[in-house]
Amino acid sequence: MARLTKQQIGTVLAKQGILIAFAVFMVAFTLANPKFISVDNLFSVVRSSAILGVMALGVTFVVISGNLDLSVGSMMSFSTIVVLDLHDQIGPALAIPAMFAMTLCLGAFIGFLVGYLRLNSLIVTLGMLSAIHGLTLTYSGGQNMDIADKEGTWFSIFGQGSALSIPVPILIFVALAAFLGIVLAKTPFGRKVYAVGGNSTAATFSGIRRARTVFTCYLISAFCVATAGLIQASRSLGSQNTVGQGLELEVLAAVILGGASLLGGSGTIFKTVIGVLILGFIQNGLLLIGLQFYVQFVVTWVIIILAVWLDIAAKRGKLLSSIA
Amino acid sequence: MTDPVLHLDNIVKTFPGVRALDGVSFSVMPGEVHALMGENGAGKSTLMKVLGGIYQPDGGTIHVGKEQVTMAGPLEAKAKGIVFIHQELSLAEELSVAENIYLGELPRKSFGRVDWRKLTEQTNTILKKLNVGFDATTRVGDLSIANQQMVEIARALTVDAKAVIFDEPTASLTDAEKVVLFDVISDLQKEGVGIIYISHRMEEIFKITDRISILRDGQYQGTVNTSETSEEAVTQMMIGRKLDLSRMETHHELGDVALEVRGLSCGKLYQDISFEIRRGEVVGFYGLVGAGRTEIAETLFGLRDPSAGQILLDGEEVRITSPNDAIARGISLVPEDRKGQGLVLGMNCRDNMTLPQVQDLTSGPFVAEGAEVAIFDQYRDRLDIRTPGWKQLVGNLSGGNQQKIVIGKWLSMHPSVLIVDEPTRGIDVGSKSEIHKLLRELAAQGYAVMVISSEMPEVLHVADRIVAMYSGRIMRTFTSEEVTEDSLIQAISGLSGHEAA
Ligand SMILES: Nc1ncnc2c1ncn2[C@@H]1O[C@H](COP(=O)(O)OP(=O)(O)OP(=O)(O)O)[C@@H](O)[C@H]1O
Ligand SMILES: [Mg+2]
Repeated sequence: MARLTKQQIGTVLAKQGILIAFAVFMVAFTLANPKFISVDNLFSVVRSSAILGVMALGVTFVVISGNLDLSVGSMMSFSTIVVLDLHDQIGPALAIPAMFAMTLCLGAFIGFLVGYLRLNSLIVTLGMLSAIHGLTLTYSGGQNMDIADKEGTWFSIFGQGSALSIPVPILIFVALAAFLGIVLAKTPFGRKVYAVGGNSTAATFSGIRRARTVFTCYLISAFCVATAGLIQASRSLGSQNTVGQGLELEVLAAVILGGASLLGGSGTIFKTVIGVLILGFIQNGLLLIGLQFYVQFVVTWVIIILAVWLDIAAKRGKLLSSIA
Repeated sequence: MTDPVLHLDNIVKTFPGVRALDGVSFSVMPGEVHALMGENGAGKSTLMKVLGGIYQPDGGTIHVGKEQVTMAGPLEAKAKGIVFIHQELSLAEELSVAENIYLGELPRKSFGRVDWRKLTEQTNTILKKLNVGFDATTRVGDLSIANQQMVEIARALTVDAKAVIFDEPTASLTDAEKVVLFDVISDLQKEGVGIIYISHRMEEIFKITDRISILRDGQYQGTVNTSETSEEAVTQMMIGRKLDLSRMETHHELGDVALEVRGLSCGKLYQDISFEIRRGEVVGFYGLVGAGRTEIAETLFGLRDPSAGQILLDGEEVRITSPNDAIARGISLVPEDRKGQGLVLGMNCRDNMTLPQVQDLTSGPFVAEGAEVAIFDQYRDRLDIRTPGWKQLVGNLSGGNQQKIVIGKWLSMHPSVLIVDEPTRGIDVGSKSEIHKLLRELAAQGYAVMVISSEMPEVLHVADRIVAMYSGRIMRTFTSEEVTEDSLIQAISGLSGHEAA
């Protein structure tokens, strides 16, 4: 028993691979630039990850239910533009609920297509990625959106404020993660999400309404996107139409990195938070060692591939497929 | 004495929390059919997976002939002449029989073109050996399950097999199809191939096997010659005690009619079905696979829309539109396919068991986990489910224990109408009689129970009345006093009296 078989080593590597790789990254970055491990830097990583993190929380629900959501990036642009525009027209107190309502409508529409009409979520949300982008441009007329009076609005607290010297975006992220974590792990609804994603036929045979469950997951995802849009708008008080572009892949990378399976049925909010932090640290580390920010696009891709590979490897207990 | 074709010595295999195999030794002679028996979770499938290269053992040796081997994977095992016929079929339905048999190693001509003539010839030679009624060009999707199993077996014959493993091959075969399978086994046997045969069905074991090896809780209990032993003796070795197989004549008062069906039809699947089940009554539905029994159950559970007829619950006509609706009306269905319909394999035992009632098992907004564990514990003890704990993923349980989880799941709903479809498929003898007893007890407590089964002993054993079906119609209804095996067989083959009650 003392001697590990090759298979056992493979299993361990596959199961803990992400954490091992992460540890290696952290050590290497710290050696390259000791600033990496400083408290200031750690704090700044969490703050800059908050928007991505909030979106990843919602996508976690969608992925566990066995579906994808590739529309979150362009939906976030939409929310940001809408809330900035309405801010000057009807004031922040009305703009925020109005923006949430509009974003939830988009989520409900996707949920209807994927849940009730049983359309493939990849196709639906990929289509929505570009459709919502078009919608945003139509809304804004292609112009950047800016708040007129940037100094005199309380709207900036969501992105720039802090309480007890903790930035508000971090507080929102932590609070939402705690709340959704409990919903997923402790409520009947959460249980149903796992069942639908794990085996939707068996879930149906157990009296669970698949369509309603999937629909609700997309609503939750849209709610998270709206929250992320709010933070983004409040932080910059002005925005381009493409502010969320490409975030959908980073969000997915964080969720998979946390260990949710693309096949559905597994994953947790806590693991997603870990995934978000890992991604944030890696991107930050790359900047600190002096690489250009656009290198991170490639790195994100590499991380996705690595995470998916390790997920599959853990399932078959080997790193390489025996049937090539 | 000849040498064994295969010899396993002192095999150990552990999983987290489970010692699945604890020093098991086992050998197979050329030309013998060697049964491997044991309760659910005893380690039979695990032992065969070690042999087939799917799991690596933690200790022990494997010899094929005189040579010691390590099986690195399924392909290597096959190359060494060990052929594993799984219960779950793995064929490409859209391809022809020949393509399936030679998938990945099709004979080639110049420029990589497939040599179709050679392929067809080779395949037909093998099929002739198997004596089957289809040929190389038939589409696999058009074949019955039994014939698909034949294709799996044919695949096995493309290599020079030394030993062939059958893991519960008959679980979904009809009686006629079993006969064909047994012929094939005896042909293989004549060629000197060693056969390992796993099944929970005693009558099969005593019909076709030469020796029986028995496992209990991962430990080897011994090997006996089939001709020198009896069912009781084998059972005793398996479960360590005697089994009471007498029919339970608990007669209790029948209550009101709980479920009544009038003239129910669903397209071509079944027509003009009428019956009633009273509280306290167990009604068996017996027939061949495809007689329409599962479809009736699915209709009652809201999974199919009937094209005509009425369903009455407690005398009131209802329309059942979804499983959710059916559950709310007090109907439970233990479905026939446990992996596809019954379980979420990646979920733990407790969560699977309480899934249909999770909405109601709450304290405040949260799932009441304590109550869930209590339910799980209750049915684990009741049904003797072998698992290291409720946290174990259902996919890691043995086949029979998975089935018990499904049964527990629906019993814990305390339904007024309980429908069970092939409830004891893959369940060992001891637990089987336990489940039968449970069904009788539930009836005594006032449940109306509908038992769909393709096993005659099962319906004879548990049912108060037996409905015989043939090709979508009810042929006859028997009471337990009047039924005989012969009349039942006649009724389900469509031979006897037509429009009986
Ligand atoms: N992948 C696994 N992970 C953890 N435990 C496992 C795994 N596979 C099997 N086991 C455990 O090993 C034991 C033996 O299981 P096995 O499938 O060999 O039983 P079996 O004799 O084939 O039973 P059955 O008659 O129900 O098919 C069981 O307790 C089972 O829970
Ligand atoms: Mg088994």
